[in-house]
Order: sequence, then structure tokens, then C-alpha cells
Amino acid sequence: MASTIAIPESTTQAPQRLSHLRLLEAESIHIFREVAAEFQRPVMLYSIGKDSSVMLRLAQKAFYPGPIPFPLLHVDTGYKFKEMLAFRDSYTRELGVDLRVWRNEEALAAGANPVKLGTQRCCGLLKTTALLDALKAHGFDAAFGGARRDEEKSRAKERIFSFRDRAGQWDPKNQRPELWNIYNGRIGPSESIRVFPLSNWTELDVWHYIHLEQIPIVPLYLAKERRMLVRGDSLIPVEQSFVKSLPGEEQWVRSRLRSLGCSPCTGAIRSDADTVPKIIAELVTFRSSERANRVIDHDQDGSMEIKKREGYF
Amino acid sequence: MATLIPASSENSQNGQQDAAFSIEEFLWSEQEKDLLRLSTAGSVDDGKSTLIGRLLYDSRNVYEDHVRAVTRTTGGSAQASIDFAQLTDGLRAEREQGITIDVAYRYFSTERRKFIIADTPGHEQYTRNMATGASTADVAIILLDASKGILTQSRRHVYITSLLGIRHLVAAINKMDLVDFSPEVFARIEEQFTALVAQLGDANVKVIPMSALAGDNVVERSTRMPWYSGPTLLEHLESVPARHQLDGTSFRLPVQRVIRPGQDFAQQNFRGFAGQIAAGTVHVGDRVVALPSGRQTLVASISTFDGDLEQASSPQSIAITLEDEFDISRGDFLASADDPPQSSNALEASLVWFDGKPLDSRRNYLLKHAAQTVGARVLAVHHRVNVQTLAEEQADRLAMNEIGRVAIETLRPVFFDPYLKNRTTGSFILIDADTNATAAAGMIRGASAVERRGAWSELEETAFGHKPAVLLAGTALASSLEEALLGEGCAVVRTRSRDPKLWRALESVGVIALVEMPEEEPAAGARLAHFSAGTDREPELLLSRSFEDAEPAASAAEVLEALRRKGVLAEKGNG
Ligand SMILES: Nc1nc2c(ncn2[C@@H]2O[C@H](COP(=O)(O)OP(=O)(O)O)[C@@H](O)[C@H]2O)c(=O)[nH]1
Repeated sequence: MASTIAIPESTTQAPQRLSHLRLLEAESIHIFREVAAEFQRPVMLYSIGKDSSVMLRLAQKAFYPGPIPFPLLHVDTGYKFKEMLAFRDSYTRELGVDLRVWRNEEALAAGANPVKLGTQRCCGLLKTTALLDALKAHGFDAAFGGARRDEEKSRAKERIFSFRDRAGQWDPKNQRPELWNIYNGRIGPSESIRVFPLSNWTELDVWHYIHLEQIPIVPLYLAKERRMLVRGDSLIPVEQSFVKSLPGEEQWVRSRLRSLGCSPCTGAIRSDADTVPKIIAELVTFRSSERANRVIDHDQDGSMEIKKREGYF
Repeated sequence: MATLIPASSENSQNGQQDAAFSIEEFLWSEQEKDLLRLSTAGSVDDGKSTLIGRLLYDSRNVYEDHVRAVTRTTGGSAQASIDFAQLTDGLRAEREQGITIDVAYRYFSTERRKFIIADTPGHEQYTRNMATGASTADVAIILLDASKGILTQSRRHVYITSLLGIRHLVAAINKMDLVDFSPEVFARIEEQFTALVAQLGDANVKVIPMSALAGDNVVERSTRMPWYSGPTLLEHLESVPARHQLDGTSFRLPVQRVIRPGQDFAQQNFRGFAGQIAAGTVHVGDRVVALPSGRQTLVASISTFDGDLEQASSPQSIAITLEDEFDISRGDFLASADDPPQSSNALEASLVWFDGKPLDSRRNYLLKHAAQTVGARVLAVHHRVNVQTLAEEQADRLAMNEIGRVAIETLRPVFFDPYLKNRTTGSFILIDADTNATAAAGMIRGASAVERRGAWSELEETAFGHKPAVLLAGTALASSLEEALLGEGCAVVRTRSRDPKLWRALESVGVIALVEMPEEEPAAGARLAHFSAGTDREPELLLSRSFEDAEPAASAAEVLEALRRKGVLAEKGNG
């Protein structure tokens, strides 16, 4: 099954130490250990994406040589790319971690899909509701998530320990001040926290760490010739697409995905980046580029893509 | 009023850059970078958002779509203006809508360094946010409006940075354009500011004249202030030493967790004490002391996923194995045997009070320090600091956003260094045991001479012939344990409730609460959660036998034995 796992190829000698990344790593490991020690039933939300891959490696490091003392939870919307699921299954099996998968079967049986419901309601049912149900059903009291503060403005204020009330809701007025590396993990019955061990990592840090540590990632991140529906600026992966192609729109395009979402709602970009260093190069040159038109959408959830896409439905 | 840049400049330069970019060189230079944490403080409208926007923009850390979102094209001209404040000011909208005002973290990097900015709003009531941002900062940037000079609020900002132990201050004297770039105005403010800092401590100060709006001395050197020969803000930030390079104390490791992989692994007898090194360096073979036991041994190995290390330093996260088998659990310390941390049940500390409910010296709090949480109460409030005048005022309580000096008593000893020596071993938070709110942050000054108040309550002193306790056990063990404890004459209440509030309530009336947990492994024995004695949420395993050992189920007699060792039950007399 190893063929589903892309081992990033490095074009440089991976150095042993990298100070700022090692600092971030040490901080994240400390967070993992605090949560494992202070909570009864932690779980790691595993999205199969690059941030999850990094979290998983950090969790391995935190408890080495012991096993990761909590399960992984994948909320499967039913619309994930086949390559993602194949990667998920082979990689978690290889690592011997305890993977739980949760789907909102009820909504799927009722035919929930982004065209019928609109992306927002579809995400609400298949992602948010499913997640809350899963946390409740398992009685998880702490859930690790891979969100980073650099993702968008509203995330910039998120705590590392983010408190959730009995309904699983986030109350911005009720967040605890967080000083030094002392985390207040005390909760009442049915309350829980989300924990963000990658809070202080940037997108570049994540890719650089993947490169240094040779962390396996889903091959969809790497450029190759893929079947795409080309319309205007958008590249729509043909897999599970709800968009009807017009004659000539389906083409082979050298492309890759920047973020892994559900196949009907994730756009691809034209790219030659078929190694991790090339992805980093792409990220860095786009960033320092002053060309307004070639901006990478910085939104990890792909909501920009989704918005763009809604016009096609 | 915003800077004008030609809209067409967006199209220039970049083809060149793409071609010249070498990923190998880039990755190589990335690995050399370290991390510097900054906090900011300023009064409203001093130009903080503009400054941060400038810093990010001029150091090319802003995505184009963000820039476009805050760029206005005026009239039909080819001139577009960027509102730098809008670039980063996620807080502004909130301020206007009157909702939460909070610390926001931003990230940028240069060729030399990565930076994390804790951007804290500068308004009166936000002492809490400033303290939060400053707690992790290596450097604090304090903004001053050149046309206004030093304000009462600037005093408060300097005071909080000194309280939180920031060693490097930068005074950004902003809006120099409003005072015609006058060297005299600058010199006057510089002198006053330096004097203020000297009055409060011995932090290093750099005072820089700038105009954030036009970018003078932020990243680019100003051509309009030739009389200033010092560094620009960014140049200075690139050269300040980071805190982790300064940690001077001897080795300290708060134990977060004991790692025991069990039978499946080659290292069958592996017992790793895992934690993030809080200070100093440790080598294999070093003599260390385990606290609170005080027993000494040698470091056998320093274990990490990436292989064993010969030595490790703060702030690395590692696991240590020892030559001798000691009973060490979460919350304990491993430290240099030659130079261990201080130990005390009574602490002198500065407190920043956060909670809406003021400090109440009759109440018990939970004090979280490094990896241990202990019961605590305030013995005395020595004074409150008036953050406007910095005068010490008499007080017997602290309200929200107030700062004061107190004596605190803890149920178990705390192993600490003075905060100014080490932030990690010198800091704590107080948690309200009823609401779980983070009520205050504390900086330890030293051990306290204030007399302790004696018993926490009569009940704590084995009023019923035993101490109150909460025991967690599997169903079978719970049954035999209940019998055994009743046989000892103990007051036992058995429950299946998982509500820690109930457990705590039972404990507070002095009984032994026996919590039946059907899923508990029989071999695991019972676990002891001793709330008023303030343990962590992970209850302590009473028998050092673990699941993996696959030994026969723990017996009630063994658990009673363990409870005697822990002092919950009185030792059996010899008669
Ligand atoms: N003249 C002048 N105005 C400035 C300068 N820096 C900021 N300002 C203006 O001061 C006002 C407040 O700036 P802002 O960054 O929002 O302040 P904040 O409240 O501290 O974040 C805005 O109108 C800015 O344009 C400067 O260097 N010179």
C-alpha cells in the first residue's frame, strides 16, 4: 500500500536542526503531553491533510517510545477524494494508530450534497454536525485540531486551549487568558476543549517541517497530469464533480491541490510543483511576488474556491 | 490619510525574482533562523496597527489579496493608497462594536528571523491582555506619539513589561512627521523614557524615532531624520537576543508525564520522565535530584523520537530515564542536584487579577505551576499597585485588572525559582475551583515569611481517622474496597457519578468518595484523586503496577496499604 504514500523528495540535504522549527516542535509536544495528562478522553481530529500529518508526527514524538495514548477521529463527509481515503487507511495502519471514522449517515442517506443544499448547509451537516455528534457519542473531552493562527484574521486570537460549553459552542467572551505555557484544562461535566498544537506554526513552517522530517502526505498535493474541468480560471477535479462539463472543457492539466477538502468543492491550481521543496518555492515566490493576479488564495478551508464555485452549480 | 503608492508598481520586478529564486538557498537560510517573540503596547491612536501593517508590508510578509482588500484607488488617478492599519487591525471592528478585545497573534519572517507578534490593545482596562502578550515575549515594543510624549498610560505599559520580566524594550516614537522630525523633541522623550525604565528595573532600552505611516525607520532608514544614527526597528529586532538564549539557571524539568511503553517494546523497563526543559542543560550521567522526594540519582538517558541525545537544553521537550527506580509522577521535578530550585509552601508573588470575582482570601484556589496543580489560598495582600501613578496602595483584595503583591499558601510545596531568574519555574496561574476560570497570573518573588494559617479545615486533619479522598476503581475492586474501608471505620460514600463537582463536594465534607468505574482495568488498581490537595485531573495511580504488566488484579488490601503510604489512612500502630 506504500504506493499511496508520497515520500517527499528532498533536493537539499535535510539538516538535523532547525532552530525555530525545533522551538515550535518543543512547544507542540508540550501541549500534547499536557492534554494527555489532564484529560480523561482526548482525541485527535484527523483530516488527512498536511496539518494533520504534522500533528500526527508531533504526537508520535510526544509519547515516544510509547504509543499515542488517544485515538484519531476522521469526520468523513462521504465526498473525500479516493486518494485521501487510501492514504488515510494505509498510513494509519502503518503507524498502528487507533483510527475512528464518523459519517453523518442520516444526512447522506437523505441525499445531502453541496448542489442540493448549498455548500454552507452541506458543510454544516456533514462536517460540523457530524463532528459534534462524534465527540458526544464517544464522550471525548478534548479534541486536537490542526488550525493555525496565521490562517485568517479571526483565527489570530484563538487560544491554544479553546473552551467549549456543553453544547460544544465557542463563546468568544468566555475564553480564558493564556499566559506562558501554562494551560488551564479544567472543565465541568459535558464541557470540552479544542486544542490547537499548531497555533504558532505558519503555512511555510508546516511545509518546511514536512520536508525536513520526510513526513508522508497525500499525493494530491503534488503536481502531475490530472483530469480537470477547465472553466475560466478554475480547475475542477473531475472526480465526483457535480458540474456538467461543456464540450472540450475536460482536459489533462498539470495541477495539484493546495488544500484537501471534499472533491466537489475543492479547486486545483496549475502547478509544476511535484516535490515538497517545489511547493515551498511556489509558496515563497507567490508570497513575495507583487503580481496581483497570481495570488494564492490563502484560505486553507478552500472557502474561496467554494465561493467561486457556487456560481457553477 | 494613508500613504500613496503607484498602483502600477504591482506589476514590476517579479519576473526577475522568480528566475533568481533558488529553493536550495532558501531552505538553507530558513534553517538558520531562530524565533523572536514580540509584544506591543500603545494607547489608542498612537499608530500601533499602522506600525504592524508597515512592518509586515515592508518586510514583504503580506499576501497580495490582503493588500488589495485594503487599497483604495482614489479618483481616476493611477495612485492607490494602502490603509496600513486595516491590514492587520482585526481588533478595530471589534472595538467599534464593543465586543471582545483580545490578544491577536501575527507571524512574519525576514531573512534572519521568524517573529511572532502578540498584538495587544492598549486601552485602559486591558491590563489582562497586555500581561498575556508580554508573558511569552522576548521584546516589547511600546508606542509613543511624538506629539504627545509620555502619558500616564505609557507608565503602565512599561510597568507591566517589567513585571512580566521582559528584558528588552523598544520605544517607538511614532508620528515624528507631526513634530517636523525634530531632534529636540525626540531627545526629550528619549531621556524621559529611559529614566522611567531605569526607575522600574534594568531592562535594555532602544528608543527609535519613526513615522509608521510613511515607513520612516520601520524597515527602511529615514531620509528625513539624518540626525538619527541608530538602527531601524526591524534592524534592531533582528539583532536582539531571544529569551531562550538567556536562560541562565541550572537544569529543571517539570515532569509532565511518565512514559511506560510496556511489553511490546524492546525497552521493556523503559520509564521515561517526559517534559519540556524549563531551564539549563542536562547531560547523560548528570546527578539530578527528584522533588519532592529529594532522592538523587544519575541521568541514564535522554530519549527522543529522533534518537537518544547526549545532552539537551531548555526549551526542548524530551524524556529522561534514571539510573535508579524512583516513584516519580506528574507534577514532580527533576533538577540539577547541585543547584535545585527552592521549595516552599508559602510564596511571595505579584498577582495580576483577571476574574470578575475579586480575590477573596477566605476562598481556596487552585494554583497551577509548571506541571502541578495544588490547592492555594491568599494569606495577605501586601499592597495594590496603582498603575497610573505606580504608587503602592493599601488593599485587602484585588479586583479585575488590578495588580498587587501577595503572600500565598499552598497545600503542597512548590518548587520554584524567582520569576526574574526563570519565567517557567517562577510563574503560575490561579484557577477558581468553582467556575474553572483563570482568575489570576502570578510571578513568584521568593518564599514568604508570612505565617501560615494552619489547618486548611478541621476535616483535612483526619477528623474521621482518615483524610478525605476520592478513589476511582473498577466495579469488582470498588466492592471489596468499600468493605475493607468500612472495616477500617472510614466514612465511605460509593457513587457512579462522573461529575467531579460531586466528588469535590464529598471530599469537602471529609468522607472517602469511592467512584465506581466499570471500564477500569482490574489490574490498574485504584486511582486517587485528591481534590482539595489539588491534584491534576489525571488521578494518581495508587499502585505502581500498570495495565501492561498483566499482573493479577489489585486487591483491596494492596490499595489500603497504598493509602497508608499516602497518608490518607493512618499508619497501623504496632499494638
Ligand atoms: N501623522 C502620522 N499619523 C500616523 C502615523 N502613524 C499612524 N498615524 C495615524 O494615526 C491614526 C491611528 O493609527 P492606528 O494605527 O489606527 O492606531 P492604533 O489605534 O494605535 O492602532 C491613523 O489615522 C493613522 O493614519 C504617523 O507616523 N504619522
